[in-house]
Amino acid sequence: MAEAQTSHAPDAVETYFRELADLLEAEREPDEQFLLNLSGEDTDFVRFNESRVRQAGHVRQIDVDIDLLCGEQHAAGRLNVSGELRTDWAALNQLLHKLRETRAAVGTDPYLNYARTVVDSYQHRRGGLPQPHRAIGDICAAAEGTDLVGVLASGSVYRAFANHLGQRNWHAADSFNFDWSCFAGNDRAVKARYAGARWRAEELRECMRQVSEALALVKREPRSLEPGRYRVYLSPAALYELVSLLCWGGFDLKAHECRLTPLLKLAMGERRFSSEITLYENNERAFTPAFTREGFAKPDKVTLIEQGRFVNTLNTARSAREYDREVNAGTGYPESLDMAGGQLPQNQALNVLGTGLYIGNLWYCNFSEQMDCRITGMTRFATFWVDQGRIVAPIGPMRFDDSLYRVLGENLIALTRERELIMDASSYHGRSTASARLPGAIVDDFRLTL
Amino acid sequence: MLEAIAQRFRHLAGDVERWSLRLVDTHHEGLRVRQDVLQPPLNHRSTGAMVSVRQGGGNAYAATCDLSDRGLRECIEAALRWANAVRNRELANLETAPAPPQSAHYRSPVAQGWESWSLKHKVELLRHTCRSLKIGERIVDWEANLAHRRQQVLLTDSRGGRIEQEFHYLYPGLRATANQGTRTQYRSHGSGELACQGGLEQLERVGFTREARRVSEEALALLGAPDCPNARMDALLMPSQMILQIHESIGHPLELDRILGDERNYAGASFVTPEMFGTYRYGSELLNVTFEPGESEELAAYGYDDEGLRAETQTLIRDGILVRGLGGRVSQQRSALPGVACARASDWNRPPIDRMGNLNVEPGESTLEEMIAATEKGILLDTNRSWSIDDSRNKFQFGCEYARLIRNGELAGVVRNPNYRGLSATFWRNLRMVGDYESYRISGTPYCGKGEPNQMIHVGHAAPACLFGDVEVFSG
Repeated sequence: MAEAQTSHAPDAVETYFRELADLLEAEREPDEQFLLNLSGEDTDFVRFNESRVRQAGHVRQIDVDIDLLCGEQHAAGRLNVSGELRTDWAALNQLLHKLRETRAAVGTDPYLNYARTVVDSYQHRRGGLPQPHRAIGDICAAAEGTDLVGVLASGSVYRAFANHLGQRNWHAADSFNFDWSCFAGNDRAVKARYAGARWRAEELRECMRQVSEALALVKREPRSLEPGRYRVYLSPAALYELVSLLCWGGFDLKAHECRLTPLLKLAMGERRFSSEITLYENNERAFTPAFTREGFAKPDKVTLIEQGRFVNTLNTARSAREYDREVNAGTGYPESLDMAGGQLPQNQALNVLGTGLYIGNLWYCNFSEQMDCRITGMTRFATFWVDQGRIVAPIGPMRFDDSLYRVLGENLIALTRERELIMDASSYHGRSTASARLPGAIVDDFRLTL
Repeated sequence: MLEAIAQRFRHLAGDVERWSLRLVDTHHEGLRVRQDVLQPPLNHRSTGAMVSVRQGGGNAYAATCDLSDRGLRECIEAALRWANAVRNRELANLETAPAPPQSAHYRSPVAQGWESWSLKHKVELLRHTCRSLKIGERIVDWEANLAHRRQQVLLTDSRGGRIEQEFHYLYPGLRATANQGTRTQYRSHGSGELACQGGLEQLERVGFTREARRVSEEALALLGAPDCPNARMDALLMPSQMILQIHESIGHPLELDRILGDERNYAGASFVTPEMFGTYRYGSELLNVTFEPGESEELAAYGYDDEGLRAETQTLIRDGILVRGLGGRVSQQRSALPGVACARASDWNRPPIDRMGNLNVEPGESTLEEMIAATEKGILLDTNRSWSIDDSRNKFQFGCEYARLIRNGELAGVVRNPNYRGLSATFWRNLRMVGDYESYRISGTPYCGKGEPNQMIHVGHAAPACLFGDVEVFSG
């Protein structure tokens, strides 16, 4: 297996980061402190439609964030850089000058909070990523005869932290995420993901074989469904869409303190989830950096909900200082979420479902009433009518509108024992490093509205 | 600075068959006062290059923030490597692309530049406005924010084309959150939708400081208001909700790349099919929708798209009939349908795809008072809060921050958690009355997400208040 020959090896970026940290240390004034964050990637993107290449290319980007402090005075700036100090020095120097001006003008920052205890860390996951010809060849060969649409993102992602105390943290990982779907006509499709650190054509072919099997079901005569209440099986991917929305404000300390969290009633003991529901942030998975942007080491695990009861918020450095808590997260939303599995073997899920809906994916979820944790969204891709444990017909997109207090509460029948690891494929500005591991769920009385 | 980079690039590109270079330099500054505390000001600078090549029949791109000779050379090599890899495997052939103009310019009109006020002055304005939001104990969170972005773009190519554009964006915003027990309501003014092009003079137009008290008063009123009723009734959408209705159920369905299937794995397809153009009744005959890149205060005003196509006003829906889609040069070629200059990229690190630009509903002849008076049983819906629509952009459900009932031609009480749902394919046909210029507002959003890889981009929407009949309204 030949690995990708990216023009800038991760080692060069690491060297740049360490030299930049040393340079800032040398340039800081005696009463100054600094925090330095680096975020970058070298990524190949190949976009497909109709099993052919729609757009293909490579993106190289490195951002550095510098927080320049003087006691409690604080100014922050971001610059994208070339990766060569000699080239970048003029712009960096200009930024430092600007930050000193700003810092003097804005006064003290009461919520400034950064790690005072030095905890270094180093993680560098090397993988086997495909070269351009190989990636396209493998995908086009595996997709032959199908209508495939989607995107391959493949490359290295870097995150790093340094400060004036000499702390140095480095996180780099090679990974790919091929996120695609195969269509058998309008609205009739199967979605799949192949993600990892080492590209293997045989694994891709096996994924494609499973998609082909599901596609045969999608091609059956569709069944129309009236709005109403249905017993459903939510696949891990479908459950992920619900839980992802819950993560926006569900666990953020500030959202709780400002009473804006959708889990306010849970946190105040007014509502409960099923005792089967346990959620935690699992930093041991280590796809995300082990450190925060302020240099705090993340705990291995933060339990968020345990047996249906709210346990912990995620406390970023600023919020922790504002509300006098311990820092336990880099962001207010989970990035390595785990939901505990249940007792139901996956291979018995359809039998336990009996008659109802198998929902492969949900999409475009949003709160219809945030304070009641009520969510609306659409079914999408492979959704089927199941009769006495057998898939009989595909179903077109249906809108649902239901409260998670019902879906994960009184109407939750079972969670599957097996869980699926889902790598976030989003790439706004840069590639996400988030992931989640979730079971499937059987739910009664799921409300379809349109 | 960008021209100097372009000159070095031209030398380095050497014998590449055909290339284009898009250089983007962005400077973003953001100020935020929350609960009367100034948060650390944001100061972001980003400069990068997007190189597109055509070589040996293959097309590809590479983007880099390394603008040294070494970085540009490696960027060209990466693009050529991909062009070679995709040869004979591409979906579309771009060989007939017309050359962009030899020399063209565009600049956002700015009356009062961002730098004309000192940092201290801007912070004082925000502190004052933020204090105005805290009108009682039940206001538990409140903030005022203001940001500015200056973006310079240079597009040049191997055939001598050269387009310079400079954009100035302003992002004002207010928000107040009211709470009592487990009941929380918030009200905003400008959580994205007041963003516009121009300078600080725009603050007066959008009522930045004078609206603060109203925002908090309405948040408190919502706290004590009854739930929105569940019934079919007329819905009077204010411009702050029309923006979302236009965006999701006209803008996205008309994007040609969705119709061509590019977005089926992510943002979705469209219920609109190619044969509908020219004949399909999209809405009532009161509906007129225009692509207006020349509306200079709107977020997506520009002179040329990111492939060098000159941007001109085009009617998309005339008297309710669909006449034209939203697609740039590539989509127009692929679909053989007319489109507009809307191939745009979110930044230097993403390739252009079809985006909405400024997409506006043209004003009609009804005053707001006339529309209220014409409503026997209805609801006035203000400021989008929640949005969800299917992947064909047909079955939608939207929620608003604020609503008032309309009874027998008069405004009645405030109700909370208002939502409504419907089908794009029929909703616009129930457009009963269209507001005149008095209720016409320019707005937009900086947060339109689409594309693989993902791109978040600015779009503009201007509209008057509009009255729709027979809408399913319900409480959240």
